[in-house]
Amino acid sequence: MTSSTLIHASGRVLAAIDVSNYAASVAGIAAWAAARLGAPLEFVHAIDRPSAQPEKQDLSGNLILGDREDLLAELSALDETRSRIAQESGRRLLDQARMLAHESAGIDAETRLRHGGLLDTLLELEVDARLFVIGKRGEHADFSKGHLGSNLERVVRAVHRPVLVAARAFSPVQKFLIAFDGSATTKRCIEMVSASPLLKGIDCDLLMVGESSAETGDLDWARETLSDAGFAINVHVIAGTADAVIARHVQDHAIDLIVMGAYGHSRIRSLILGSTTTQILRTCLVPVLLLR
Amino acid sequence: MVRPDAPIHSPFSTLAAGELEIVVFNSIRQQWLSNPRADVLAGLVVALALIPEAIAFSIIAGVDPKVGLYASFCIAVVISFAGGRPGMISAATGAMALVMVSLVKDHGLQYLFAATLLTGVLQMLAGIFRLPVMMRFVSRSVITGFVNALAILIFMAQLPELIGVRWPVYVMVAGGLGIIYLFPRITRAVPSPLICIAVLTAIAVYFKIDVRTVGDMGELPDSLPSFLWPDVPLTFETLKIILPYACTLAVVGLLESMMTAAIVDDLTDTSSNKNREATGQGIANIASGLLGGMAGCAMIGQSVINVKSGGRTRLSTLTAGVVLLIMVVFAGPLVARIPMAALVAVMIMVSIGTFSWSSIVNLRSYPKSSSLVMISTVVVVVATHDLAKGVLVGVLLSALFFARKVGQVLHVESSSADEGRTRRYTVTGQVFFASADAFVARFDFREVLQSVVIDVSHAHFWDLSAVGALDKVVIKFRREGTVVEMIGLNEASSTLVDRLGVHDKPDAENLMGH
Repeated sequence: MTSSTLIHASGRVLAAIDVSNYAASVAGIAAWAAARLGAPLEFVHAIDRPSAQPEKQDLSGNLILGDREDLLAELSALDETRSRIAQESGRRLLDQARMLAHESAGIDAETRLRHGGLLDTLLELEVDARLFVIGKRGEHADFSKGHLGSNLERVVRAVHRPVLVAARAFSPVQKFLIAFDGSATTKRCIEMVSASPLLKGIDCDLLMVGESSAETGDLDWARETLSDAGFAINVHVIAGTADAVIARHVQDHAIDLIVMGAYGHSRIRSLILGSTTTQILRTCLVPVLLLR
Repeated sequence: MVRPDAPIHSPFSTLAAGELEIVVFNSIRQQWLSNPRADVLAGLVVALALIPEAIAFSIIAGVDPKVGLYASFCIAVVISFAGGRPGMISAATGAMALVMVSLVKDHGLQYLFAATLLTGVLQMLAGIFRLPVMMRFVSRSVITGFVNALAILIFMAQLPELIGVRWPVYVMVAGGLGIIYLFPRITRAVPSPLICIAVLTAIAVYFKIDVRTVGDMGELPDSLPSFLWPDVPLTFETLKIILPYACTLAVVGLLESMMTAAIVDDLTDTSSNKNREATGQGIANIASGLLGGMAGCAMIGQSVINVKSGGRTRLSTLTAGVVLLIMVVFAGPLVARIPMAALVAVMIMVSIGTFSWSSIVNLRSYPKSSSLVMISTVVVVVATHDLAKGVLVGVLLSALFFARKVGQVLHVESSSADEGRTRRYTVTGQVFFASADAFVARFDFREVLQSVVIDVSHAHFWDLSAVGALDKVVIKFRREGTVVEMIGLNEASSTLVDRLGVHDKPDAENLMGH
């Protein structure tokens, strides 16, 4: 992948919320992250207006005199009502998130309401962002099927900032895990974690999936880099398939947050082989910090 | 750790491989699959409105209905992929058919295919060279005139089926219109044009009414279209024959397509890529010409029907084209028995729906010059059957009216000093060909003066007529023995330069001289 995460240390934490079940936990974890980073916090809600679709489909296929003008008036009136409702609910949502951030972390967040798709909105705001916070699923995703939101992968693949993916519930992080495989991306993860105040002082499990003999050089380097930065580390090397091992480890060791490289392969390849990142996001019920 | 000042990629300037994939995936999803159920249903409804136009205008153009039907299929399918305005319907249209009448009559079908190919090439070039920006010179009144003229042409094209025929035809057309407009009161789930066609066909067949049917008008498609290179000599002579037609076809096609795109843009509150649309129209016409079809373009009436039926994406255009072909090829014997009266009723409906009713209501309240532009466009089109000529007249007229209006933005003030021995003229406003004479007339040459000061620093001299007028004023004063002093000539004549870029200068707001 040619695009990788860039750190913009003076940027703000941008948390994207919508009316899904994740709004509260996004607000919580965003406030936590902003407090730890000492960065300003901003909540963003994008009002994505699908083109006006009449309530009931009119298949009469006929045109009367002045139909073009009437149709325009009808469709704009429809859009107007929908936009107004969306605006109100968007404001309420942002206010709630701001209140939550104030209560949980004492942070006064700013809010921003924009028209447009989520991805486009986040890309517009990227220049000024240090960290994006987003829920695993949006309001349109079907939770019961365990599918991830349609926006998540697109956002993670498109932005050049770390993305913190919120789980359904948020509790302050006591212990986190870095999934390490010796690749360039995960090495960058180690470097970014050591340099960032986000996870300073929190217990860290460094997990490598694979045979214990392989690539110990990289693993040693990772351990040293992290302990130099003041982390208390436990190193685990476990054989198996990455997503299964990580999921089990998260459960067994009460991990509160995973740090991992995201979407190392092309979209085409993941379509065929499936993506480890997607698997982990689906199966682990904790927040995930994705870096590329 | 990356440098904090590392460059930040703007969303679209540097597309890495992965991002390009995203853009492609997103647009496929957005432009094809965001609304599938409504799109397929709308496509079905639109296909029903495409068939009458394709058949009716093939007949007008003097070719077999299959030429129009193949064209409609090809154009709709190709434009659904290549076009720049998702949800717009393109096919064989009346506007284009009217241009090709004399070509078919004088030189035959093969030359029509050749002209269609050339039209496609010209339209592709127009798209590549970004000619659609020229559409900004086509004012709203011209567009309205174009649309109304088109509606009138579509209606007039039905007249041959209505004049000098026996009474059952009138009854059937009236009955068909009745069904089209009244049936939606019962249900809006079934297209009323379909009911109209089905009922009239059933009645005509059952009662063995002797009226003209589609089958009488020429050959219908009996197979899928096949590749066919126009059978014309590749000579300069051929080019001389087809080039004028191809130019007109290309212009008319692009005009109607751009206008329809603007209408769909408005209706759906989304934007479209006009250059891609122009190139797409070109590709679609090339495909049509190679598969035995005639040239076509976007259709206002059918696109409005599509949006009204809920069609929003490329899928509905594709569905319309595919369904059209399936219906015609596999239900050919049935289509052949459709009485022309049924198609006439549908086309009258399309014509009524295309007409801009509000333009008649607004005639009273709109500026007279705008109404005149609109009406002139309509009159020229109806008289010449050539939409390109109508638009040309409309554009010229609106330019003239505009020049006349701006020419009135000219003010000359004068004050006398030195006990009437000197006078100072201060010119404010726009001096160009339309206001040059008025400019000269504002000076009083009879007044006996020792010296005169002409301050033009707040005026703009746009062209050589303006410079000539100023020279004239200066010479006239000199002949009276007056000393002339000019102030601000450099500022005033800076507008003479062709490329101004005034908007990016800080004094842009002073352009009006105030």
